[in-house]
Amino acid sequence: MIPMITAAVLGCIGIAVYGMFFGLVLQGVDRKWAARMQARYGPPLHQPFIDIAKLLCKDNIIPKNAVKSVFNAAPVIALAASITILLYLPIGSIMPVLGGWGDIILVIYLLTVPGLAMVAGGLASGSPYATVGSQREMVTMIAYELPLAIAVVAIAWRLNAAGVADPFSLVTLAQTPVWGVVGIPGIIGLLLLMLAIAWVTPAELSRVPCDTPEAETELCGGLLVEYSGKNLALFSLSGAVKMVAMATLTVVLFLPWNLTWFIPLTGAVGIVADLAFFVLKVLLVVFFSVSLIRVGMARFRINHLVTFYWGYITLIGFTGMILLVLDAVLGMGVVA
Amino acid sequence: MSNKPVYTIPIGPIHPALKEPILFTFDIQGEVINAVDFAPGKVHRGVEWMGMRRNPVQIVHLCDRICGICGVSHTLAFARAVEQIAEIEVPERAHYVRSIIAEFERIQSHLLWAGVAAHELGFDTLFHLAWRVREEAMDVIEYLTGNRINYGIVQVGGVRRDFTEDQFPRIRKALETYEGLVNKLVTLFLEDTTIKLRCMNTGVLTEKDALELCTVGPTARASGLKMDVRADAPYAAYGDIDVKAILPDVYADCIKGDVYDRIVVRLFEVVDSVRIIRDLMDQMPAWPVLWETRYAKILSTCKKAEGEAIGRVEAPRGECFHYVRMNGSEAPQQWKVKASTYSNQMSWLKILQGEQIADIPIIVASIDPCMSCTDRVTVIRDGSPDVMTKDTLHRLSVEKTRRLQA
Repeated sequence: MIPMITAAVLGCIGIAVYGMFFGLVLQGVDRKWAARMQARYGPPLHQPFIDIAKLLCKDNIIPKNAVKSVFNAAPVIALAASITILLYLPIGSIMPVLGGWGDIILVIYLLTVPGLAMVAGGLASGSPYATVGSQREMVTMIAYELPLAIAVVAIAWRLNAAGVADPFSLVTLAQTPVWGVVGIPGIIGLLLLMLAIAWVTPAELSRVPCDTPEAETELCGGLLVEYSGKNLALFSLSGAVKMVAMATLTVVLFLPWNLTWFIPLTGAVGIVADLAFFVLKVLLVVFFSVSLIRVGMARFRINHLVTFYWGYITLIGFTGMILLVLDAVLGMGVVA
Repeated sequence: MSNKPVYTIPIGPIHPALKEPILFTFDIQGEVINAVDFAPGKVHRGVEWMGMRRNPVQIVHLCDRICGICGVSHTLAFARAVEQIAEIEVPERAHYVRSIIAEFERIQSHLLWAGVAAHELGFDTLFHLAWRVREEAMDVIEYLTGNRINYGIVQVGGVRRDFTEDQFPRIRKALETYEGLVNKLVTLFLEDTTIKLRCMNTGVLTEKDALELCTVGPTARASGLKMDVRADAPYAAYGDIDVKAILPDVYADCIKGDVYDRIVVRLFEVVDSVRIIRDLMDQMPAWPVLWETRYAKILSTCKKAEGEAIGRVEAPRGECFHYVRMNGSEAPQQWKVKASTYSNQMSWLKILQGEQIADIPIIVASIDPCMSCTDRVTVIRDGSPDVMTKDTLHRLSVEKTRRLQA
């Protein structure tokens, strides 16, 4: 029992460091990509690190009419929750630290916690901008949760229908590419679900066109408007970690392949090769669902955002799910 | 809907949505604007006060600095007023030089606005593109006048620099660049789904309201009012060429007077400016560009002048109006600047009503406000700003007239 706990503790610390580091690198890469697409030079790759270091050196300013306890607790909760998500997600061929204690449903719940912490922090900061931002964040969360849940449930159900045991476990998902068990309709369905998830990512990460809760030009930062110094650094880190989590989730659901499945590599070499391949996949996801979308669009109005996610993206998700069901019904020897 | 609490959101004086200081106070219900009020006067710099202590040759340079974007419009309006009072005959070629610079200014001002509008919508890619494209106009202006802003080219009685034949190829190159870009810009701004979604039927100003609120420039034209000082009361070289007011129906089928129509008007005015510059270059008359090269002569003429006059210029944002009164002394007795935003700002109350918080930045920006052009007065008493009622203003003006008559 003791070595297991030690391993878990060490793993948690390792994951926390990895999550923050990789998240900031991803943010740097995203900023560079966006700048290049906008014909700018862009900041250096390590700019997010500089930003965080600067914020950590600065004082926390707490507004007079803020609810101090909630205001200070929110960033900590947000960061802790974001890191916790990573404990349940596999990295390359390294299986999740807490893989045995939770499944993908838990991950979906955990994904909402940083958002809720931000809402709480925003409401506690006593600024009208933050209040409007918090209301918008809640509406945004309600809007994108359904398509996300649809995609996850549909994939797990399809695996279950194919006779895979324990389909909600992330270990299963990471080791069984769902593409392998489906036929033509299923592949179309999965592509649609992938599209839905690609659009959920910017909403989950509050990026353009879904940065409505932060809306720089309208709400000057929305729910983060009163945050400064270390608290803001924690929120920024939480955002970075969440970016890793969302990208990893997409990779696990849709691109779970490892290099070692195709090329016989063993030991440390295999793990490193898988990690490199994993980073590549994460970068691919970030490029398409964060950088590309955010340079190509204007910000949504909150009512447009709800219409978009509840209307179009949910519809795409449902169509994908129906196609998966159809695929299972048509597929050989599978009981729907 | 009606049982939602009403809360107040202040926007400004400093806010990322505003490019210049002004204070808006919004009463918000949910996400919808219930009522709006605004308080200008946050960038009052006493330009008129400074001007009334200087001579017209000096004021011209002060005019350049009233606005950072429409530098030539204010100067041109002031110079025209003084030239009328002093009965100075401006050489033909100077009129052409003034008009060409004014048109390049329109191009850069509209592109700057397009970039700002894109940024207000959260569309930063388009913002970067518009501002990059704008650089071509800035480069030509710098090439011709020596400065990117505060050109210092217009002076009483003509212009300080002439264009030579060997400068024309550079101008033509810039015009060709813009002609090549037009289709791209139109596609990007007017056919983009998110821009249409955000701008169509947003901030609607009907033709009737536009007329009653005395709006000017692109704001008025987007609502369907056919008015353009260049066409209605031609000044400089505009009488020699064909200028028509651009209405949104050059692109759209009907005129709605929304934010989208304001984008249409400004984009197609850029297109029209390119054509106007070509026409002007084709018929440019010969030298000279100055009525009088000796400053002493200009100064003594201005000093002798008596009377009052107005100068009207179609600035990129709308009509720019200068009133000057000279009484035979070195400095003008009275100088009044009315920038286009002064006429346009009251339309904010109308077009912001009932819209959403998300649309505040783009609607506020859609009339292309320039607060430092507009702010002519600010009242601070005992450290707190005061609201001047109509009665107070009337009393003050009567008192001032009595003072002048005494």
